[in-house]
Amino acid sequence: MHELSLTRDILRVALQHANGQTIRSIRLHVGTLTNIEISALRFCFDACAAGTLAEGATLHIDTIPARAQCLGCEQILSLPSFAALCPCEKKARLRILSGDELLIKEMETEPCA
Amino acid sequence: MCVTCGCGNTNNTTLSNQNGQSIPLHTHTHEHPHTHTHEHPHSHEHPHSHEHPHSHEHSHTHEHPHSHEHSHTHEHPHSHEHSHTHEHSHTHEHSHERTHEHTHSHEHPNENTDEHPPKASKAAVTEVLDLHLLEQRVLDKNDRIAERNRGFFAGRGVFALNLMSSPGAGKTCLLERTLREIGAPCAVIEGDQATSLDAEAIRATGTPAIQVNTGKGCHLEAEMIWAALPQLPLQDKTLLFIENVGNLVCPSLFDLGEHKRIVLMSVTEGENKPLKYPHIFRSADLVLLTKIDLLPYLDYDLPRALDAIHTIQPDAAILQVSARSGDGMAAWYDWLRQQKA
Ligand SMILES: Nc1nc2c(ncn2[C@@H]2O[C@H](COP(=O)(O)OP(=O)(O)O)[C@@H](O)[C@H]2O)c(=O)[nH]1
Ligand SMILES: [Mg+2]
Ligand SMILES: [Zn+2]
Repeated sequence: MHELSLTRDILRVALQHANGQTIRSIRLHVGTLTNIEISALRFCFDACAAGTLAEGATLHIDTIPARAQCLGCEQILSLPSFAALCPCEKKARLRILSGDELLIKEMETEPCA
Repeated sequence: MCVTCGCGNTNNTTLSNQNGQSIPLHTHTHEHPHTHTHEHPHSHEHPHSHEHPHSHEHSHTHEHPHSHEHSHTHEHPHSHEHSHTHEHSHTHEHSHERTHEHTHSHEHPNENTDEHPPKASKAAVTEVLDLHLLEQRVLDKNDRIAERNRGFFAGRGVFALNLMSSPGAGKTCLLERTLREIGAPCAVIEGDQATSLDAEAIRATGTPAIQVNTGKGCHLEAEMIWAALPQLPLQDKTLLFIENVGNLVCPSLFDLGEHKRIVLMSVTEGENKPLKYPHIFRSADLVLLTKIDLLPYLDYDLPRALDAIHTIQPDAAILQVSARSGDGMAAWYDWLRQQKA
């Protein structure tokens, strides 16, 4: 359950930036190559946010599809699963273009009264 | 959990030092002073940018119009520099200063020049929320501490290896034999959820070892290594072996500051592990196929196993070893001796 430690990091960053304001939503970008279980992340988030200024906040998660470019034929592939090599006849390496991001993009807070 | 910073000090990680004494690890020293003075403690310390060779191309056009879940409709396109220019500076100038008042309300086209006047939007909408652009990598903190570990290793001339596998693949047995035979200064950090059995087994070889118990945690994090380092005698040219918690999923995301990653796969686990757990194999510099003394008793398809590794990580070296019979160990020692920080 590495999602638990990731959630703690997400909350730490968010609460630090919230500067005492109540957090209403947090938006993440999670690439499909990061091996993160979205449902586990949500579960951990709700559990860890309880009792903090992020309690009840909505977690928006944009999953970023994995794409890679073949260094041989230069075609761009979407990666449904892991592969290091292109299926083309050159069997060349693939360079990951997207799908490995794990970002806290933004959050919304209630303004100070 | 710490309500202010969200850190996990319920995380009951402990260290046992060389004498087996247990030391609670609240390394979470709350470096962030949480005076919240907007100046973003993180900014400068971020040397990581370059490690992201992948990034730049994905222009990341973000279909999320950012509207959906907000009950109030309208496609305020809100297209923020989400073009995401990715030199991966994703720089922390962000946040507070930018908290433009995203009135969440209707047709403010929001070219995102942050200071767009909070146009008295019609529609007596709801509420005004502050939007903070954060653009922070979730693993940023771990990666920064990993970088600090790397600096520490460089300063001491230590070469660090992160050993990962499923439980029981033979990490501890491999280390015990290696430490007896290699004839080079070594030190070990043992990660397990509980017990200091492995550290005791390592100490029995005469090598200094620190046990890190992660409690419920299923992987080691850079901070745990940082906390363990002062407990170990480390001299120039020490090989520091870090035995990660037995797990093929979680450890792969967490950089410990190691120089090389080694993934062990025993021949009793079947040939397909790399395909089933690609993430961890993708990051391996070396794959050790262990317990090869058992091959005569198994119908193990060796070429298929090698092919599976190659499919996921064509750049990994692969060595076949048995800590029991000693087969292949010489090649492993050679590989270790060739490594340079
Ligand atoms: N036959 C055989 N058994 C081994 C070998 N290496 C380890 N084992 C056995 O595998 C089990 C798990 O080994 P251990 O080193 O504790 O695995 P770890 O959990 O990865 O540290 C133990 O019962 C060992 O005796 C080997 O090379 N050959
Ligand atoms: Mg072990
Ligand atoms: Zn190709």
